[in-house]
Amino acid sequence: MAFNNTKWEVVIGLETHTQLKTKSKIFSGASIAFGAEPNTQACVVSIALPGVLPVLNKEAVHCAVKLGLAINAQIAPRSVFARKNYFYPDLPKGYQISQFELPVVGMGELTIQVGGEEKTIRITRAHLEEDAGKSLHGDFHGMTGIDLNRAGTPLLEIVSEPDMRSAAEAVAYAKKLHELVQWIDICDGNMQEGSFRCDVNVSVRPKGSDKLGTRREIKNLNSFKFMQQAIEYETQWQIETLEDGGTIHQATVLFNPDTGETRAMRSKEEANDYRYFPDPDLLPLEITSAFIEQVRATMPELPHAIQAKFEQTYGLAAYDATALTSSRAIADYFVATCTAFGGEAKLAANWVMGSIAAKLNEENKAIAESPVSPELLAGLLKRIADNTISGKIAKEIFEAMWAGEGSADSIIDKKGLKQISDSGAIEAIVEQVLVANAAMVAEVKAGKEKAFNGLVGQVMKASKGKANPAQVNEVLKNKLGI
Amino acid sequence: MINRSLKQLATMLANKQISSVEITSEYLKRIAQHNPEINAFITLNPEKTLAQAAAADQRIAQGNAEPLTGIPLAQKDIFCAKGWRTTCGSKMLENFIAPYDAGVIERFDAAGAVNLGKTNMDEFAMGSSNETSYFGKVQNPWDRARVPGGSSGGAAAAVAARLCAAATGTDTGGSIRQPASLCGFSGLKPTYGLVSRYGMIAFASSLDQAGPMAKSCEDMALMLNVMAGFDSRDSTSLEHEKEDYTRKLKDNSSDKPLAGLKVGLPKEYFAEGLDGAVAKVVNDAIDQYRKLGAEIVDISLPNTMLSIPVYYVLAPAEASSNLSRYDGVRYGHRASQYDDLMDMYCKSRAEGFGAEVKRRILIGTYVLSAGYYDAYYLKAQQIRRLIAQDFTEAFKQCDIIMGPAAPSTAFNAGEKVDDPVSMYLQDIYTIAVNLAGLPGMSIPAGFASSDDGKPLPVGLQIIGNYFDEARMLSVGHAYQQVTDWHTRMPEGV
Repeated sequence: MAFNNTKWEVVIGLETHTQLKTKSKIFSGASIAFGAEPNTQACVVSIALPGVLPVLNKEAVHCAVKLGLAINAQIAPRSVFARKNYFYPDLPKGYQISQFELPVVGMGELTIQVGGEEKTIRITRAHLEEDAGKSLHGDFHGMTGIDLNRAGTPLLEIVSEPDMRSAAEAVAYAKKLHELVQWIDICDGNMQEGSFRCDVNVSVRPKGSDKLGTRREIKNLNSFKFMQQAIEYETQWQIETLEDGGTIHQATVLFNPDTGETRAMRSKEEANDYRYFPDPDLLPLEITSAFIEQVRATMPELPHAIQAKFEQTYGLAAYDATALTSSRAIADYFVATCTAFGGEAKLAANWVMGSIAAKLNEENKAIAESPVSPELLAGLLKRIADNTISGKIAKEIFEAMWAGEGSADSIIDKKGLKQISDSGAIEAIVEQVLVANAAMVAEVKAGKEKAFNGLVGQVMKASKGKANPAQVNEVLKNKLGI
Repeated sequence: MINRSLKQLATMLANKQISSVEITSEYLKRIAQHNPEINAFITLNPEKTLAQAAAADQRIAQGNAEPLTGIPLAQKDIFCAKGWRTTCGSKMLENFIAPYDAGVIERFDAAGAVNLGKTNMDEFAMGSSNETSYFGKVQNPWDRARVPGGSSGGAAAAVAARLCAAATGTDTGGSIRQPASLCGFSGLKPTYGLVSRYGMIAFASSLDQAGPMAKSCEDMALMLNVMAGFDSRDSTSLEHEKEDYTRKLKDNSSDKPLAGLKVGLPKEYFAEGLDGAVAKVVNDAIDQYRKLGAEIVDISLPNTMLSIPVYYVLAPAEASSNLSRYDGVRYGHRASQYDDLMDMYCKSRAEGFGAEVKRRILIGTYVLSAGYYDAYYLKAQQIRRLIAQDFTEAFKQCDIIMGPAAPSTAFNAGEKVDDPVSMYLQDIYTIAVNLAGLPGMSIPAGFASSDDGKPLPVGLQIIGNYFDEARMLSVGHAYQQVTDWHTRMPEGV
């Protein structure tokens, strides 16, 4: 960072709009599937025809309770839907149904890791609300098109405390939350389609001050990379402004990915008075402890619990355990591999985080799309563990498996890749190598260790990599009398 | 035919003495004759109406008629009815053809009733005289210079002038009961949540409730049998066990059929502000109840005077938000010329809404604004609970509450249009019932002479406890067997 961060402290809080994975809208039966033709998923309620009324989708409440349980928060026994009144063409009712004074989820927390350190970020609240439609500019000859397919899509707005002190912490929090909402299966996490959008509140203050500076809100960040850039730019801009004797005015800003800059969109002083009041069309949302228990019973084990289990049951290091719980799919894949393999978990961990991750990354695939299933991978690991193949050959077999050539065993058979562990065969190869490399033998005998490794290499080469390296070592040492 | 009860019409239909098409045609003829002056209907569609009547006749012929099959009813223009223009009395919706049916309309359709047309009303149900309608004022059939009351003024005139067999209305602060009183027929606002609000254009969501307007309590019971019932599309609809509202309607078997019934008279309903002639009629009606065996007890509803200020905070607050959807973007009136988005909103709404609607939007916007919310909206909600509490206490001392439905008889058109507060006082006896969510009704109790000697109807209001509609109807029915006020018809129709 270019700015002088010995003098200033940045304070960051996030508001995250999470689109919930329900089938229908939050207050009507219309579908929320992405990408439909404009206004084909706009029922009479979505269009806000005269006389229509909202009916709460219980599935959305289920999702909110799941999040509440996952962040160890208070679930409000009674919360209230309120109307946020403002005019906008893609807001069909002229108000958004949201929660204001009494949200469904109260104070909770999320633990992040930054630079090897753990930090707990407090989550102030999470509330249910409906999304607006979309205004479409262009293609309309100077007019604006309105698509109300998205109007009424269920959102859970998750609001953090201003607990983050760097862009890295903010990104770590956002990533962790992104992982979590997918882990508990309430959001598909698709940032390009807007399923997970972050507004970031940034302010700076002199180090040591306990008074918050004036914040500016960076709206609608839809990638972690942009979030990092936007916060860094914004922080620097605020510090420079203050150091130049200027003042920060509360404002909403947009990040321009092309220039890497943030720019004020509208000043908050001109902001609407939203005239919130309880929506008389909806009764207060009452959540019984029985319902909470019912939801709890459907909850998957959470990442931190699984991390602990990986460390205890499989003896993995904290770093490995964290990496293997970055998503539920990866954790499930790893567990399935271990179960099918039955051997040393560290070996499975190395392969999942190594070759599998590299390949997925290279081909931009999710682990669920991996052509090498946990069972196939386990088959390969078994052959490594019982010394049928060497690590080097294993890589070659893995490539073949990835290409769909079958199981490890069938590839080993077909390609004759079985490790040579027959001592007679190895001795024969060693003798040939010793004869052909008299100079090196002389060097070894003169005490040059490097030459010994050279001979090992020659033997491996002569065996096309199939000779058991440990046996090669032993036989060589015997023959050379060292 | 036009004075027959719904039950009598059903019997005639079942016996093939008359067909639905014939009854319907007769009403359409009467409407064609009188509506140009009375202006009770905003929209008629004889073709659609007669097709429904013909279908009802078929259903009767097949032998699966229900009590209202083939009966022509007038629907307040606040209910969306598929394929019907639905204006809510506003220029804003002058050309709005509803693409779906309200819950109430669906239920009447399923029962085989015939939709005669959409009745005139105060714009978005905001008014007590039907004078705020974009589609013109409605005449009171008893004195054409006078108002029918509001907001269900078109329905009221239609029932009083026998332009329909019965009608639907909605009541947010008295919009069924006050016109019932002013036009001399029976009107009931049920317990909040009993009748679905789905498809009923919202004025003030926490107060709006639909109900029947008819010639007698018996007719209202038959109407309510169709209208009442849970609707999953309305979150404020109550899951209440299905009732037959006719079940307590009994022939007076003795001199004192109401022996054991305790009737409470709230002293606040007979205080200053009540017209003397109206008070006399109401007191006579109460004497009649005494004769029928009821015990009359004095009660108090101490917060009655607060109900108007509370109502005129809460109802406009909800309305200001409910009416935000009329922005000219998707349907409804859009200004023909505008510079930009804000200009389009402003012009469309300025042109589309009338003065009273604008007044209430302004009041509502103000009371919800930052800095005023606590003093107005929140305070009003607290007092609303006190008003409901008044009734809870009162019902510990009596079974039924009686009093006037309106402080005066019908007033002259134009008399109160420039004096909104005096207009708002029309609802002084009805509003608290909406705030408490209780059922209330008005039945004809006699007449008071106007200044020029014309007889003008006076209604008796009967307020019951939650879900006590069946008893209220039976109490009204007992009275209607010993009086004939409800059978009187204005001259000249």
